[in-house]
Amino acid sequence: MTSENPPPVPPVHPAINRKRLEERRRFLRTAVLAAVALGVPLLGFTPAARGWTPLLRPPGALDEHDFLASCIKCGQCVQVCPVAAIKLGDIDHGFGIGVPYIDSRSQACDFSCDAVQCILACPTGALSYKKPLFLPVRKGAAVANPPILLAKEKDAEPTLNLKERTGLAVLVRPDACLARQGKGFKGAARGSEFKGMLRFTAVDRWKPIPLSDHPFDVALCDLCVRTCPIKGAISLEEEVGNDGIKRKTPVVHEPCVGCGVCEMVCPPEPAAIVIEARKTWGEA
Amino acid sequence: MSKYSESLAILLGREPRKPEKFSESAQKIHELKRVEKVDWVAQKEHARAHRAQGQPWRNRRWAFLIAINLLFVVSFWLDIQILEGALTASRLLGFHMIDVNSALQVMLAHKHIINNLIIGTGTVVVLWLLFGGRTFCSWVCPYHLVAEWAEKLHVYLAEKKIVTDHTFHRGVRTVLWIVFAAMAWITGYTVFETISPTGILSRALIYGPGLALGWVALLLAFEIFYSRRGWCRYVCPIGLTYGFVGAFSPLRVKYDLNHCFHEGDCRKVCEVPHVLEIVKKGRASAEILDTGADCTRCGACVDVCPSGALKFDVKGLTKLL
Repeated sequence: MTSENPPPVPPVHPAINRKRLEERRRFLRTAVLAAVALGVPLLGFTPAARGWTPLLRPPGALDEHDFLASCIKCGQCVQVCPVAAIKLGDIDHGFGIGVPYIDSRSQACDFSCDAVQCILACPTGALSYKKPLFLPVRKGAAVANPPILLAKEKDAEPTLNLKERTGLAVLVRPDACLARQGKGFKGAARGSEFKGMLRFTAVDRWKPIPLSDHPFDVALCDLCVRTCPIKGAISLEEEVGNDGIKRKTPVVHEPCVGCGVCEMVCPPEPAAIVIEARKTWGEA
Repeated sequence: MSKYSESLAILLGREPRKPEKFSESAQKIHELKRVEKVDWVAQKEHARAHRAQGQPWRNRRWAFLIAINLLFVVSFWLDIQILEGALTASRLLGFHMIDVNSALQVMLAHKHIINNLIIGTGTVVVLWLLFGGRTFCSWVCPYHLVAEWAEKLHVYLAEKKIVTDHTFHRGVRTVLWIVFAAMAWITGYTVFETISPTGILSRALIYGPGLALGWVALLLAFEIFYSRRGWCRYVCPIGLTYGFVGAFSPLRVKYDLNHCFHEGDCRKVCEVPHVLEIVKKGRASAEILDTGADCTRCGACVDVCPSGALKFDVKGLTKLL
């Protein structure tokens, strides 16, 4: 920068000119700095622009755009989750940096906190029991009735205070489903190395245990049905296929809130049943 | 009031100006300092010979900064729940504490404010009103600490003539602050949080490292090789927000013209040297002045001042005692 050619007109007062030149350089530098400081965070748009598969957010999350707007990226929801289901987005999530999401396959939300602790912890209302009135509720996102948590079905207040689902379970790979193949299942659902936790009320009403510590032995695989924490969200139904053969298949019902336990326990790799985040009831 | 408008103008990016009016006592001191040349040098040498050693304020500050960030970490890792959350928003023993700048971005993006957000932000505003606004920067922000180490390296390399410091117009921080606020409002995303090294580092400490640390490394490289303390001086909107909060704070670094030999050691170590223009010879408009809103109350000048002209002070309280 210092080796620039002198201006063509001989300077009247070199000292002043040099000062002016330095000022102009500084102005240009400052403009570049401002452009970079504004340009880099705007790259945060790219994940949204590329239409990434929506991430599953914790229960009570506002709709995606409102969620990203209202989340203050503090991770208090992460700290209260008893099964550590909640993770925070990294910088490759763009504006989703520091924003909580759930990867159901590795650790689903099993509601073993009973009260949806993450909603209680959220300081900004990004996770909330009750949406502010000015925010619309998407059709099919609202649950018909407050979902009943099987673990506290006999309590005075058996419901989870959730108004909307965060997603829906979908049998995306029906051919992989063990029940549809008429197969049973024996052993740890996801193998002995799997780190995921799940609450089994029959074992301990209050404490989730490693899924690998709870082996199954069933004549016909119904792991998704027997581990589902929500009443009436999923069942095995008989179906007659196009081939005329009768078989049992998991069917997801309206109470499903998209917690992801079925995706976590599903034995085949990759899972036959997964949560589609933001999917609404009645949506194709 | 003119004192505050001057301090805010400097905070927003205007260069400090020579004062038009001097108090009578200040004028007298300036005159005396011009006259007594011989004694002056002797006194200067005497002060230097007897100066306090070490950097007590830096040590206290580092200890506090590390302790508070560690408290976040252990609250989660050991589940002792004293200070839950991250620097953007937390609960101290259950009480909401919400970073003022983060809250502002969320409020602008979401356009809806719940009670907890108001309570948490209000608490933090009062806290930093009492303790000096940008005190947050030097006493709490984890990026400040690593930037200090980067600064040491920059100064070392600059002495070896390997790098030179490139300055910017300080007004750019004000422009960026406004544009970041506008972007949050218009896009509905908390755009600034994507690159905030304060949030990134705080979360990395508590929840584990990630790719975002690469961005922090880039910022540090920029500060080491191109512009001394570039992020904190010219960009960070958090600093400006807290600058406003602390503009009227009673906790300040007090400058006493009587004790000053105008050698400028303080300006060499200062993150925001424009707040110390008042220590230049003939510039102080009054006997006692404070360093103004942009001062981070880091105490580096207090540590380095050989003659005790710069000291921490709580307005009113010191008089009372």
